[in-house]
Amino acid sequence: MGSFIFKRSFQSILSLIFLVIVVFFLARMTGSPAMLYLPPEATQEQLDAYNALHGFDDPLMVQFGSFIAGVFQGNFGQSLQYSRPALDMVLEAFPTTLALAAVTMPLVLLISIVTGALAAYRPGGAFDRLASLISLIGASMPNFWVAIVGVLVFAVTLNMLPTSGTGTWQHWVLPVAVLVLRPAGVLVQVMRTSMMTALSSVYVKAAKAKGVKARTIIFVHALRNSLLPVITVASDQAAGIVNGAVIVESVFGFPGIGKLMIDSVLMRDFAVIQAAILVTALAVFLINIIVDISYAFVDPRIRHS
Amino acid sequence: MQPLLSVRNLSIQFPSRAGLVRAVEDVSWDVNAGETLAILGESGSGKSVSASAVMNLIETPPAVIPQGQILFEGQDLLQADAEMRRRINGKSISMIFQDPLAALNPVYPIGWQIAETMRVHGVAHDVAQARVIELLARVGIAEPERRMKDYPHQFSGGQRQRIMIASAIALKPKLLIADEPTSALDVTVQARVLDLLKEIQVENGMGMVLITHDLSVVERVADRVVVMQAGRVVESGTSAQVMQHPQHDYSRRLLAAIPGRAGFSDMGAAKGDILAVRGVSKIYAGLARQFARSKTKPVRAVDDVSFTMAKGETLAVVGESGSGKSTLARMILGLDDPTLGTIHFEGKPMQGQSAADAYKMRRRVQFVFQDPTASLNPRMTVQQIIAEPWAIHPDVLPRNQWRSRVAELLEQVGLKPDHANRHPHQFSGGQRQRIAIARALALKPELIVCDEAVSALDVSVQAQVIDLLKDLRRDYGLSYVFVAHDLALVRDFATSVLVMYGGKIVEKGPVRQIYGNPQHDYTKALLRASGVIPQQAA
Amino acid sequence: MPSSIPASVTAELQDAHGRRKGPVILRSLLRDRYATASIIFLLIVLAFAILGPSLLAEQARALNLKGRNAPPFSLDAGWMFILGGDALGRSLLARIIVASQNTILISATAVLLSVLVGGLLGLVAGYRGGWLGDVLLRLADAIMTFPSMLLAMIVLFVFEPGVSNVIFVLAVSRIPIFMRTVRAEVLELKQRMFVVAARATGASTSRVLFFHIAPMVLPTIINLAALEMAFVMLVESGLSFLGIGIQPPEVTWGLMVADGRNYLGSAWWLAFWPGLAIMLTAMSLNLLTNWLRVVTDPVERWRLETEAR
Repeated sequence: MGSFIFKRSFQSILSLIFLVIVVFFLARMTGSPAMLYLPPEATQEQLDAYNALHGFDDPLMVQFGSFIAGVFQGNFGQSLQYSRPALDMVLEAFPTTLALAAVTMPLVLLISIVTGALAAYRPGGAFDRLASLISLIGASMPNFWVAIVGVLVFAVTLNMLPTSGTGTWQHWVLPVAVLVLRPAGVLVQVMRTSMMTALSSVYVKAAKAKGVKARTIIFVHALRNSLLPVITVASDQAAGIVNGAVIVESVFGFPGIGKLMIDSVLMRDFAVIQAAILVTALAVFLINIIVDISYAFVDPRIRHS
Repeated sequence: MQPLLSVRNLSIQFPSRAGLVRAVEDVSWDVNAGETLAILGESGSGKSVSASAVMNLIETPPAVIPQGQILFEGQDLLQADAEMRRRINGKSISMIFQDPLAALNPVYPIGWQIAETMRVHGVAHDVAQARVIELLARVGIAEPERRMKDYPHQFSGGQRQRIMIASAIALKPKLLIADEPTSALDVTVQARVLDLLKEIQVENGMGMVLITHDLSVVERVADRVVVMQAGRVVESGTSAQVMQHPQHDYSRRLLAAIPGRAGFSDMGAAKGDILAVRGVSKIYAGLARQFARSKTKPVRAVDDVSFTMAKGETLAVVGESGSGKSTLARMILGLDDPTLGTIHFEGKPMQGQSAADAYKMRRRVQFVFQDPTASLNPRMTVQQIIAEPWAIHPDVLPRNQWRSRVAELLEQVGLKPDHANRHPHQFSGGQRQRIAIARALALKPELIVCDEAVSALDVSVQAQVIDLLKDLRRDYGLSYVFVAHDLALVRDFATSVLVMYGGKIVEKGPVRQIYGNPQHDYTKALLRASGVIPQQAA
Repeated sequence: MPSSIPASVTAELQDAHGRRKGPVILRSLLRDRYATASIIFLLIVLAFAILGPSLLAEQARALNLKGRNAPPFSLDAGWMFILGGDALGRSLLARIIVASQNTILISATAVLLSVLVGGLLGLVAGYRGGWLGDVLLRLADAIMTFPSMLLAMIVLFVFEPGVSNVIFVLAVSRIPIFMRTVRAEVLELKQRMFVVAARATGASTSRVLFFHIAPMVLPTIINLAALEMAFVMLVESGLSFLGIGIQPPEVTWGLMVADGRNYLGSAWWLAFWPGLAIMLTAMSLNLLTNWLRVVTDPVERWRLETEAR
């Protein structure tokens, strides 16, 4: 098991290094990165000064070396807009997004595992068809649209929830609801299929032949086996939640990492984007390692491979 | 005396899109305490269905049970409620399944799974734990205290079936239903598992229902036998009666289809060697796991194998799983290269020849694989499948003759010319294997390598396919390398036999010598296990 | 279970195969109401995307005083205003139809690109394997574990956020999915006995790849492409909504939702209808996949045919 986790972590680190390289060279591909870091109305002197200051006139490999050294020291440069270290800004915004994800993911898993398992219990039944339809709609709705329709209905028309901002728990209802939709819609279907496979397996038959109670068969024998594909897809959806967070935070004015990124893109604040992307990537890779560990926890065959 | 279990006039139907499938029609059988009843039938005969109904494993709906009774100690199970049947399952009647790997839950330790049988019927946790150790020891699992914490994938096939048996007998049930308990296992393992079942039955005095397609299993353990065909019982009686004086036509045909009962096949005069295998080994390097401290040991799948084979010979390569027989077949077909040694075909080495020569040689060595469903491309028509060799070797037959030649080949293998436009999934298993044989014949090869070519087929179909291969051998002077796991099957077909174990040849010789005077202990064990030598002998 | 079907049915099927294949598939489509509705809807969207701009460009630009902020379902300003009008008095229906071209063009091109590149790389990685396969797989993993929105953001930050760059980014972020899926299938398929059989007969690598393996992978690719098309459309709309995707004066549904957001209190329909169009298209694609999965499986299709009789 140790070697399995080690291998996967190693792969993640490789991916991270790859990403760092891509980020670095993308920024250099358009010519002088000063053009990216400085506002469009900057004069030639300002550009030259900036280039000299940051060593952008050095050979590419020298620049790459100092970039990497900077990354390892947590130095991603200064935000243009706020003249603050980019990493500080990112780390301030990070907890909000993390909280959003931490509320969303368990909800997604709970909803999809329960709904999917119940739908699989009577395939073709009324509950199954209803669940399929709703999950299909959930997976097909553009989340930014749901967000503004939600604001229109619950905040503007019904006045039940605030339109944007943070503070009370009411502020979290719409953002979390929007974030849950797509991943839950996808996962319900995955859970339903894998539960159906598990319920038609020979080991479930064998459990019936042993006299095991129906409830135990579903929740002890079939459920644990049907979780395996769900975990795999859930880890893909974890990256999807970051996608969703970008939109949700921007619509609801949440001061998270997604909003920070969008604002920085629009303000052309490259240092912040760089820092935000690398920190997010690190977080996603950490989630993947946790997922891998839970996978090995659920399936002994992986532990022994 | 009242029988332990009595199935009376039972019918079970499954509504399907193609209409009502009558899986079981008016079936009756019963079994007494301490007795073994075999339900014998081929695939699709409905032999497992009535037993599944006993265990309440048939879902209604979709299935319909329009008539019948299942009386266990006089009580009709079909009238009992679900809770009552749950209490009987595992306690009074238990069941083991064909594929123990599938029947054991992969994510729980085996000790937990055996203990569960007891816990669901009210045995206290620590009592159950102690009994698990006892049971594992009884079924022959070494170090039970340690191994009870292991998971199903850490055991061999035979061990897994032993674990299933331990779980089934945990509460000393009055009746054990065994659904093809040994067909997924190697021949010698099969024999040992059957012996274990028989011992335990005597110990506990329980009744046993053994569902099987294998006549040798019936011969070995059954007291009485029920023969099923197409959902109906066509014959029943004591095992000896049915085996020696079958009354029904179908039983007779089944018995006649037992392979290897005709006389030995003799070689004609040898006309030189077709195949020479010299010092061939196939070594799979240990999988270099990333950053693992040591490489796993290299595996010698085939270990220093040498033999020659004459033209017109039918060489049976017999061994169990892991013996290296299939790897050897792949190397003869040129699909894998030997790590060491050479294979000569008609005096020319197969290794190190140019791509063009290798391509020419493909034409002369053809193949028939085990599972005809897998070896035929499901998206191609039979016409396309049989004609593909000509598409690959365009100089063999001009395109305008393809259609008529396919028709000829289909007739030769016992199919109809108008079958050419169908797809493989529209045929039965035996028919598909005939298509595969027709494809093998398309290039007029000199040697056909058959890798377990009939193992996936029903007994009666096996015999038909072997007969076809015999006819083709006579008509075309073909040579065969016939890979099999069962010595009985090749007895009257092979001209010489090569027995493999652990990658090595343990014995080789003409067919009469192997069956008449086997030298090696493993050959004897194989012969005993496949019922060619009676159990007491040797 | 083919063997459990009576022989008479099998015989009948024989002529059902070759000649009547078309009608049979059509009939199975008609029997699935959801699939039928999806196909019809998608065909309409496709027609709009192809013909829309050339037919309705005028109406989409024309300013109609009567239609200013016209609410939906009132025909005062003519049927073109059935979905309402914007603040300038342009027909929302005409604008949605015109915008369908960019929306469909971008997602279809992006998916097509990723099918071609990802499919080919997957074939190579799966069939050849070796170090090249390993490197490709690692690369795909790196891209896949990374949120596609962030990838798009950084690329569109560095390059101009125009139509072709958006297509490029979306294609790159979806290539790994196709590559991994195709690779996994090829890895499994090349072990299948019918592929081994072709090799043992002397078939060339290209024959094995394109005669035996590719046709088996194709249904999976088609299914996945339909699903991915829905996903890519959602991502593109999201990017455009955030202002880092398609830029005005080009128009897509996502951009229309973003525009309408400013009038949410006064004219909800401006944001509602384009969003609904995205949702219905994505839903139809998802429903279509469910049906495709069944008909592209030969054994499943055979069942449908049996039922059709």
